[in-house]
Amino acid sequence: MAEFALPKHSKIVKGIDYPIKSEAENTKKINVYRWSPDDDQNPRIDSYTIDLDQCGPMVLDALIKIKQEIDSSLTFRRSCREGICGSCSMNIDGTNTLACLKSIDDVKGDINIYPLPHMEVIKDLVPDLSKAYEQLTSIKPWLQSKSDPEKGKSRKQSPNEREKIDGLWECVLCFSCSTSCPSYWWNGDKYLGPAVLLQAYRWIADSRDENTEKRLEDLEDSFKLYRCHTIMNCTKTCPKGLNPAKAIGEIKKLQLERK
Amino acid sequence: MQSKSHGVVHWKLQRISAIAMIPLVIWFVSSLTFSLINSYDQSIAWLQNPLNATGLVLLFGTLYFHAASGLQVVIEDYVHNEGLKIMSLILIKSLSILLGVLSILCVLKIYL
Repeated sequence: MAEFALPKHSKIVKGIDYPIKSEAENTKKINVYRWSPDDDQNPRIDSYTIDLDQCGPMVLDALIKIKQEIDSSLTFRRSCREGICGSCSMNIDGTNTLACLKSIDDVKGDINIYPLPHMEVIKDLVPDLSKAYEQLTSIKPWLQSKSDPEKGKSRKQSPNEREKIDGLWECVLCFSCSTSCPSYWWNGDKYLGPAVLLQAYRWIADSRDENTEKRLEDLEDSFKLYRCHTIMNCTKTCPKGLNPAKAIGEIKKLQLERK
Repeated sequence: MQSKSHGVVHWKLQRISAIAMIPLVIWFVSSLTFSLINSYDQSIAWLQNPLNATGLVLLFGTLYFHAASGLQVVIEDYVHNEGLKIMSLILIKSLSILLGVLSILCVLKIYL
């Protein structure tokens, strides 16, 4: 039934304010969610004021600057810093996105940074994505084929067939979409969520894959697929400009054609 | 009771009933608005027309079916206690069948 009281340590308190030491003119205040599993404290919002003239253009540059120059305990995931690895997904200025693709100039006023919503937090801006990865594994995101390609050749695909997976293969699995979806918030244990369903459709739409029917059969479930109520947060938030809602719609269309 | 698998049937019926209700509701509301039903006797006469009675029976059937399947989705979304969920689903389905049959019988009683 409904839980009226929030779990322990849900209330976010005001944290430490790190004012700027130099006399910089072009400054920005960055408020960051902090929580550590090592002490028994509530999460807090720490505020860092940085000199934008001494910082790269993206929010990730600001976070790296904070970690290097102000507070080395700040924890976040990052790797490629150019929107390919999908590591630095977080909630910036109220929207899930990749910190490396979000320009500091795009945010008016202070920049508020939180971890991806509705996921367990491991530390600071690092969410626990292990359940989401398990769901990804469950749709078998690899080429399944009984036939062998011509000896020494790769599998053939016409330009038209190849076009069908455009807008799907580009997904970097940052899970910004899934964690923006209210339906995934309420039923994330059973509903696969937009990121995983887009991956599922990426293999359904791939002409080289020969397991389409089984893939569709596995997805025909009122929770795995049909918890999508076309809220469209996924498409709105995707930092790569992809359209998971359309991919889910295509799966629903194929389910109709099957029956 | 609840369609754990085979979600496509539920999804399809929900949409078909929604589409079916568009003309039915337009017909029903415009009949009430533009026709000359001003009194009890006129209402009875309107209902005794076989076309009107048929339309109303179809509307009630679709309406209660659509309402029940929509509420089922809401309950599956938000009620996570398994026992409470099954009880709410049984309650909603029984109530919609009860009200649906009752409404249709009322129309038939006047018509016949």
